[in-house]
Amino acid sequence: MGRIDKAFSELRREGKKGFIPFITAGDPDLETTGELLIELSGSTVIELGVPFSDPMADGPVIQRSSERALKNDVSLRQIIELVRTVRKNIETPIILFSYFNPFLQFGLKRLAAEAKAAGVDGVLVTDLSPEEAGEFDTELRANELDMIFLVAPTSTDERLKLVADRARGFIYAVSRAGVTGVRTSVSDEAEKLVSRMRNFSSLPIAVGFGISNAEQVKDVHRYADAVVIGSAIVAEIERLQGATPNIGKFVKNLLD
Amino acid sequence: MQPDSLGHWGKYGGRFVPETLMAPLEELTEAYLTSRDDQAFQSELQYLLQHYAGRPTPLFHAARLTEHCGGAKIYLKREDLLHTGAHKINNTLGQVLLARRMNKRRIVAETGAGQHGVASATVCALFGLDCVVYMGAEDMRRQALNVFRMQLLGAEVREVNAGSRTLKDAINEALRDWVTNVADTYYLLGSALGPHPYPLMVRDFQSVIGQEARAQILEQEGRLPDVLVACVGGGSNSIGLFHPFLGDDGVRMIGVEAGGSGNELGQHAARFNTAGGGRPGVLQGTMSYVLQDDHGQVAATHSVSAGLDYPSIGPEHAYLHDAGRVEYGSVSDAEALQAFRSLSQLEGIIPALESAHAVAHGAKVARALGRDQIVVVNLSGRGDKDINSVREQLES
Repeated sequence: MGRIDKAFSELRREGKKGFIPFITAGDPDLETTGELLIELSGSTVIELGVPFSDPMADGPVIQRSSERALKNDVSLRQIIELVRTVRKNIETPIILFSYFNPFLQFGLKRLAAEAKAAGVDGVLVTDLSPEEAGEFDTELRANELDMIFLVAPTSTDERLKLVADRARGFIYAVSRAGVTGVRTSVSDEAEKLVSRMRNFSSLPIAVGFGISNAEQVKDVHRYADAVVIGSAIVAEIERLQGATPNIGKFVKNLLD
Repeated sequence: MQPDSLGHWGKYGGRFVPETLMAPLEELTEAYLTSRDDQAFQSELQYLLQHYAGRPTPLFHAARLTEHCGGAKIYLKREDLLHTGAHKINNTLGQVLLARRMNKRRIVAETGAGQHGVASATVCALFGLDCVVYMGAEDMRRQALNVFRMQLLGAEVREVNAGSRTLKDAINEALRDWVTNVADTYYLLGSALGPHPYPLMVRDFQSVIGQEARAQILEQEGRLPDVLVACVGGGSNSIGLFHPFLGDDGVRMIGVEAGGSGNELGQHAARFNTAGGGRPGVLQGTMSYVLQDDHGQVAATHSVSAGLDYPSIGPEHAYLHDAGRVEYGSVSDAEALQAFRSLSQLEGIIPALESAHAVAHGAKVARALGRDQIVVVNLSGRGDKDINSVREQLES
């Protein structure tokens, strides 16, 4: 059993709900990212963002974060190396989160092999639909890495089925139509989506997009297996310029 | 040639978008394919193209330009004479009819040179729809006249300050708007780019250029042309001209990219310049050639022409390039500016800077051919919008 499956089955056994933070690798620099990964090692899974020049699914907070990372010339090779280093100290599952082009240019076969060897557990590609994912998915499967798929409130039942057939690890349910970013409330569309998805898959379901406070976390935990928090953490990193222990405190407060 | 059901031409094209947009794109594809076969839809479009936009456009024998080059006979397809001043209206009329059929009351669009933005604002005014146009801050500066035109037409122009502040960044913002407001919003994409069905749909709406040109040259010359030349930004005017001739084996076709100010990455927008950083990749919903660095980060581009200043190219062009059916060349900023002046003075036609790239390359090609040969150059738009930036360039 891989680290992701293990993490979720442990949660289920203990009757607990999960927490998945997102941070951008290289924001503000790779060294801080390494410290943050250790600070966040109590999470169910960590989403490690690989910055891309044209993040069309992201709101301003993550756009700025990607720009900061790219200014440091952070590369996918360095990010894989960082995971290799951190993996000596933590067992938390790590997935690489990005857009397709940086992965494609690295080489899909090479990426799958090197990521596996470094201790990466899966990938999530924002702009890679199940229809286009075939070749990459084959390489990932060959290396026992999970491809995490997204579902959205606009997804038809046919599409939910398509995702259910291919998904491994967990399924990421987007809470609402839109880009990433903090919102004051989580739409009730998210709960409907999770319940529709459960008709087709028994995999754990995480809900993300727009979640930024403890109340929203509690609400999502009522019906989903885990909550994803990205922009709220990235905004703290921006504000605190990478003061790692304070980020840890911020995250703990979200979960209380 | 038709793409497969998911919009692939060979390995290019497809749909690389967030899941939120997948079902809306399926819905759009179905609505488009139904409308394409619908007589009432086609009649309404034909009526508007003829009586509102001013089709057919002339195919004009440019005698003095021909004489000046001293080679093949040069014809100009006069898309610059259309309402709003460019070929863009062919596509916006088609798509706005589709938006109405889909009961979408709000239109978002991106624009580079401002021609597609103006054409979008125009059709929205015509049908009383809300219109938001995203435009890079740099493009707003160099195309100030078109910004004011859009505002006069009732559209809201939103300035984009991300990245290089040009067309690419405007498309990112338009996509972000669409993904957020997808329930009531129609994304009116202006070029043969983006996820399926846009490259197919835009090509179909622009193919009227080539259909007319083919009939007109047969009427005027009694034979097909030897060469077609058109500029390629995203590639809508060029694919519109080329597509109806693809089955005519004797017709050479040349797409002209922006050579900018040099051959280094960042100095040009020539996607098929593989030494200059162009290679297959995925940007903004489609697989095609993309100007990028070694890590897959999309590169900055440069062109004197805002409409050609884009790091990727329509996927059908990528396919036609690899298949060898269409040739691609490039023209520098300086050559385009020279052609801008030449055409103005030789024919009394001020071309858009985008189209001036095609004129420059067309003249080069004509010079190398005999007087019995025929070259058709697509004059995709008129140059009024560029007068100020050309003056800046000539004075600097």
